[in-house]
Amino acid sequence: MTARSIRGVAAMATAGVLAGGVAGCSAPGGGGGAGAKDSLVVGLANEPETLSPLLGYGKDGNSKIFDGLLRRDAAMKLQPALAAELPKVTDDGRTYTYKLRQGVTFSDGKPFSAKDVVFTYRTILDEKTNNAAKGELDAIDKVTAEGDDTVVFALKYPYAPFAERTVLPIAPEHAAKGQDVNTGSFNTAPIGTGPYVLTGWSKGEKLTFKANPTYWRGEPKVKKLTMAIIKDDDVRATRLRSGDLDGAILPPNLAKGFKGDKGKLTLTAKTTDFRGVTLPTAHKVTGDTAVRRALDLAVDRKAMVDKLLEGAGRAGYGPVPTDSEWFARGTERPHDLAKAKKLLDDAGWRPGGDGIREKDGERASFTLWFPAGDKLREEHALAFASDAKKAGIEAKVQSGTWEVIEPRMKDDAVLAGGGNPADPDFDLYNLLHSSLALDGFNNMAAYANPDVDKALEEGRRSGDKNARKAAYDAVQRGLADNPGYTFLTHVDHLYVMNDGWRELATQVEPHDHGLGAGPWWNVEDWQPQQ
Amino acid sequence: MARMAGRRLLTAVPLLAVVTFGVFAIAAASPFDPARAYAGSAGLGAGRDVLDQLRENLGADRPFVVRWWEWLTAALGGDLGQSTSLRQPVAQVIGERIGWSVLLCGVAFLLAVCTGTALGVLAARRRGGLLDRTVTSLAYTLEAAPPFWLGLLAMWFFAIRLDALPAGGLTDTGADAVTAGQVASHLVLPALVLAATQLPWFVLYVRQGVGDALDEDPVRGARARGLRERTVLLRHALRSGLLPVLTLIGSRVPELITGALLVETVFSWPGIASATVQAATSVDFPLLAALTVLATAAVLLGNLLSDLLYGLADPRVGFDG
Repeated sequence: MTARSIRGVAAMATAGVLAGGVAGCSAPGGGGGAGAKDSLVVGLANEPETLSPLLGYGKDGNSKIFDGLLRRDAAMKLQPALAAELPKVTDDGRTYTYKLRQGVTFSDGKPFSAKDVVFTYRTILDEKTNNAAKGELDAIDKVTAEGDDTVVFALKYPYAPFAERTVLPIAPEHAAKGQDVNTGSFNTAPIGTGPYVLTGWSKGEKLTFKANPTYWRGEPKVKKLTMAIIKDDDVRATRLRSGDLDGAILPPNLAKGFKGDKGKLTLTAKTTDFRGVTLPTAHKVTGDTAVRRALDLAVDRKAMVDKLLEGAGRAGYGPVPTDSEWFARGTERPHDLAKAKKLLDDAGWRPGGDGIREKDGERASFTLWFPAGDKLREEHALAFASDAKKAGIEAKVQSGTWEVIEPRMKDDAVLAGGGNPADPDFDLYNLLHSSLALDGFNNMAAYANPDVDKALEEGRRSGDKNARKAAYDAVQRGLADNPGYTFLTHVDHLYVMNDGWRELATQVEPHDHGLGAGPWWNVEDWQPQQ
Repeated sequence: MARMAGRRLLTAVPLLAVVTFGVFAIAAASPFDPARAYAGSAGLGAGRDVLDQLRENLGADRPFVVRWWEWLTAALGGDLGQSTSLRQPVAQVIGERIGWSVLLCGVAFLLAVCTGTALGVLAARRRGGLLDRTVTSLAYTLEAAPPFWLGLLAMWFFAIRLDALPAGGLTDTGADAVTAGQVASHLVLPALVLAATQLPWFVLYVRQGVGDALDEDPVRGARARGLRERTVLLRHALRSGLLPVLTLIGSRVPELITGALLVETVFSWPGIASATVQAATSVDFPLLAALTVLATAAVLLGNLLSDLLYGLADPRVGFDG
């Protein structure tokens, strides 16, 4: 065999593979080409792990493929979706009754009914179902259908924000039943009642959707929707500039590059996406209330917003952002280094030889972890450490993966992030209630404050909005008094996109913003500009 | 020849078993938590009992030896299991992706062999000359450059500065169908980069082989007979100089696979190698094991192929191996 014939064979093999691959992989779906008015291509940083609501997909709404019983509008108010109206709450907040919308069909033509709702919730709560977010439905005791058009949720305890959880997408029983919920074909070939139908999912590359012509709220004007998964910020910006994408999420420094561009629009989404430092209760330094209060005053939040976020964010004093209706007015703590120093002096923390304070032989020093590779948290950690140092407290900044950080959370501080805008209970209870201390990534500081615990329970049980507001005011004042976390900022999310649609807006976004966030949260309602 | 191939195949079976056992052991010893990796971003809000339940459902709480044995017996029965990271059957993951990987590796390898041979012959013709020195130093530089760095450099230059070639993916993002034209234009950059990482070995081997052959008696004899330089170079020197390159083809397969791993990741090429990275970081035992078997088999086949080729090309070498 000569070198020439080897080459010939290899070339033929390559050609064969190319031809076979092309024949076998052609993607279905119609619609116009890229840039056409009825199509939209957006670039996202994160890909959903699954497309099955039974495994957690779309649990916060805007899932495109599915609808929940309820949905949220631009002002984050609940509106009926698959339910015909908002739920009736009876039995002291322990029973939620949903009347269902009639005449809705799934994209395969089969009708939607109460048994689909019951199937969805029961399957999620089944212990054999690998849904990591099922803890969010912990309040549910029983879910039952009454006839075809009514679903009743019986709760274990009165739970005021329960309706916020029912934006969870509904899966069709006829399509998803009878197969392994964790591995069955429904996970990659979903069927829903939503405005879009999945036409292709190339893992790690993109998801493609086409408009559902029989959508119960009317067929969307954007007929073809492509969500490209591009992890690298610079690559995403480049592909947006080259016209490959119509819109993308970008960090502030890259979004700035599009400012002078006439055809492009920058949208800033307000969020409850906080960054803060956990102050472990078990640690001698971070568990000391004087140190906690001093750190809370020593950090220069405004400088962090200006320098780290380039202005795209707000100073944060707790999980509830300052512009939320739930924020407790008067709990802002302005930057005051002199007062911080005085607090420490009074509590007996005296400056040692190297500028770091000491008390009873204990150096005011602790370790602060941030997850490796997260640039924004790294910058926050370094800024926090530099501010703390000015007050005489040393934070030794280290990076590691979550597997490295988790076992150390009891004694070491972590640069944490999170935030869910739907209800104050979701963040405050998980971060501050003592029963959840070091339970997974809930209450990472092991915060324990009996007054706060009591107010948190009051807030989740009371059905009266004013009583809830008073309870969460008490929680935030308790947190200001004993700041077991040093909250730093709330981070805005920036989106750059082609102009050409009317009245684009963003919702208040959570920390974890996947394909349901961004200006395209309601792409099904978009109308082209004339 | 058939005996050699058969013997090699027989030794491959226990070897593959040992290799998969090693993969299970290493994955079990890694600090990554399969339950947390499976939960993804939802896992950050999950409580301990939910994660424990998940771990039990995934079978991740059992010893790796048990899991390995179960995997092995199922795999022998044709069931490769479920990939926990990609939420697909392993057979489907491999089926959807292997074609694109073979295409990328095949084109890159072909490019490397052809260009490498050509450059090697040119360099060997006048050793120490300007061309030789340029080619050789270029080859050493390329050999030292990490593939992901070359990939990012190529992407920055061709896709961002010149805007001449797409930066990644298999097709344009908005494209509906996977067409040959789209794939060809998206293939250029990753294939070039992967070829560049393999090129130096072929250049240097061919240069050495042809250069040595030029000093040997048959070539001098051919020159003395007054044959044309071209004939001497291609017919006599290249033919004997190519022998070591045949061995190289087999032994480069592992390097090609690691190179593809990095190049596919950099260019978001939907091949098998980029799935390997995901399988490893999320402790996806079934996918990881199947991919390891594939990679090991590719290496063994590569070695077998080069031994067979050597035997065919040089009758002095037997097939006893």
